Amino acid sequence: MAALLETRGLTAHYGDAQALFGIDFDLAPGELVAIIGANGAGKSTFMKSLTGLVKAPREQVRFAGEAIGGLPPGEIVKRGIALVPEGRRLFPSLSVEENLLMGAFAKRPGPWSLERLFKLFPILEQKRRQPGTSLSGGQQQMVAIGRALMSNPTLLLCDELSLGLAPIVIREIYAALPAICAEGMTVVIVEQDVAMAQQVSQRIYCFQEGKVSLQGRSCNLTREQISQAYFGLDA
Amino acid sequence: MIETLLQGLLLGGLYCLFALGQSLMFGVMRLTNTAQGDFIILGAFAAIAALGVAAVSPWLVALLLLPVAFGFGYLLQRHVLNGTLGRDPLPSLVVTFGLAIVIQNLLLELFSADPRSIETDGLNTQSIVLPGGLAIGVLPLLIFAIAVGATAALQWLFNRTALGRAFRAVSDDREIAELMGLDARKIYASATGIAFVLIAIAGVLQAMRTTVSPADGPLLLLFAFEAVIIGGMGSFWGTLIGALLLGVTQQIGFRIDPGWGIWAGHIVFLGVLVVRPQGLFPKTRG
Repeated sequence: MAALLETRGLTAHYGDAQALFGIDFDLAPGELVAIIGANGAGKSTFMKSLTGLVKAPREQVRFAGEAIGGLPPGEIVKRGIALVPEGRRLFPSLSVEENLLMGAFAKRPGPWSLERLFKLFPILEQKRRQPGTSLSGGQQQMVAIGRALMSNPTLLLCDELSLGLAPIVIREIYAALPAICAEGMTVVIVEQDVAMAQQVSQRIYCFQEGKVSLQGRSCNLTREQISQAYFGLDA
Repeated sequence: MIETLLQGLLLGGLYCLFALGQSLMFGVMRLTNTAQGDFIILGAFAAIAALGVAAVSPWLVALLLLPVAFGFGYLLQRHVLNGTLGRDPLPSLVVTFGLAIVIQNLLLELFSADPRSIETDGLNTQSIVLPGGLAIGVLPLLIFAIAVGATAALQWLFNRTALGRAFRAVSDDREIAELMGLDARKIYASATGIAFVLIAIAGVLQAMRTTVSPADGPLLLLFAFEAVIIGGMGSFWGTLIGALLLGVTQQIGFRIDPGWGIWAGHIVFLGVLVVRPQGLFPKTRG
């Protein structure tokens, strides 16, 4: 099957500092892939490179057969890639509903609407008039996911969904993933919780110091392999 | 005393129109337009020049000026001011300060230093007599109504429309707003376009109410700035209340001594800065 997303030798820089060193990454339509790695491994930079927040050479990122590296974020979201950013980053002066509506700015056709989201996350309907940032961390994460879904993406990128959330809330958030994937959506999650990443994903990429240190089917990777790839140490 | 209060409120209405554009540009872009007063005077002279060419109603000229002002503001933001935006506020301050100097000298060259005004067929001398022997000017009352209407319209735009949502989103987090598909440069340009519509309205009404000369801009900027600071940066209703407070304070000062009016306003401004530096209503929400 042709890859929905592929990167070849992807590099990224912050000023003079290089953050990614030739990332090769493939994603088939409908897959759920997890990226794991320690802090500073380049996971978030990779996500930002895919969405245009960090500039990438044009040919190094291809989505649905088209070179999209370095395009502005607005152009990339119109092509069907949406990001749930690390730390959620809701708009503080917008209500829950307004935050969700901002996601629909790209006006892509698809199954996701306010009503559909409120079925997925009923608590958001009750709190639709409240400022987005007045919600609990888990509810804010629901808004961030919902905002990304409102653009009706083909590919949903989730950066650190579980960051700063209680385990019970994390389970609640991840419980929504099957419903999202049921629409045929392709999903990439960045996750520091290795057990969770293995449990929910079909394949795993492990990043270390801006490079891919390990990849494979989630069910086939052993704890030892992951430990070595994650920390660069023997388990 | 009631007459002083009323005159102060009416004067505050005019100050509100001076300040709303400033409040909008700061609220959306965190940009302090130090040429605000000079753009108001430019708007006034644009209307005076147009009336010199075609002898039509000043209200018609004002109406025709609005889309021109929007286009001017849009293009100014798109091609000049967007390049100055960033974490460092200095470039935008320097560029707008430079524009202020250019506008003042351009107007001096074109119109000389002579004060001019817009003839309103006596509207600026008409008044309404209230019970108790009080009289208020029709034009100041009209300006006050326009100021309240403009404030309400701007707050409605911000709180109830998709464009207002976009304004608030790019103001909150430009990067994430662009991730949603917004082009922040166009959103900024739209905000400045609307700010310049308000600037044009303020300029025409100022020239109808009194005389204007090319050197008036800095004083109008000062009043606009004080109103915005007193009310709270980025809050439109706050800007209106700040402007009214400034107008009333100045009128009380004028009543005590004709030389004290402007000073009284400055003292209230300084008092607010010391006691409540964030202003009285520091939010861009209704």
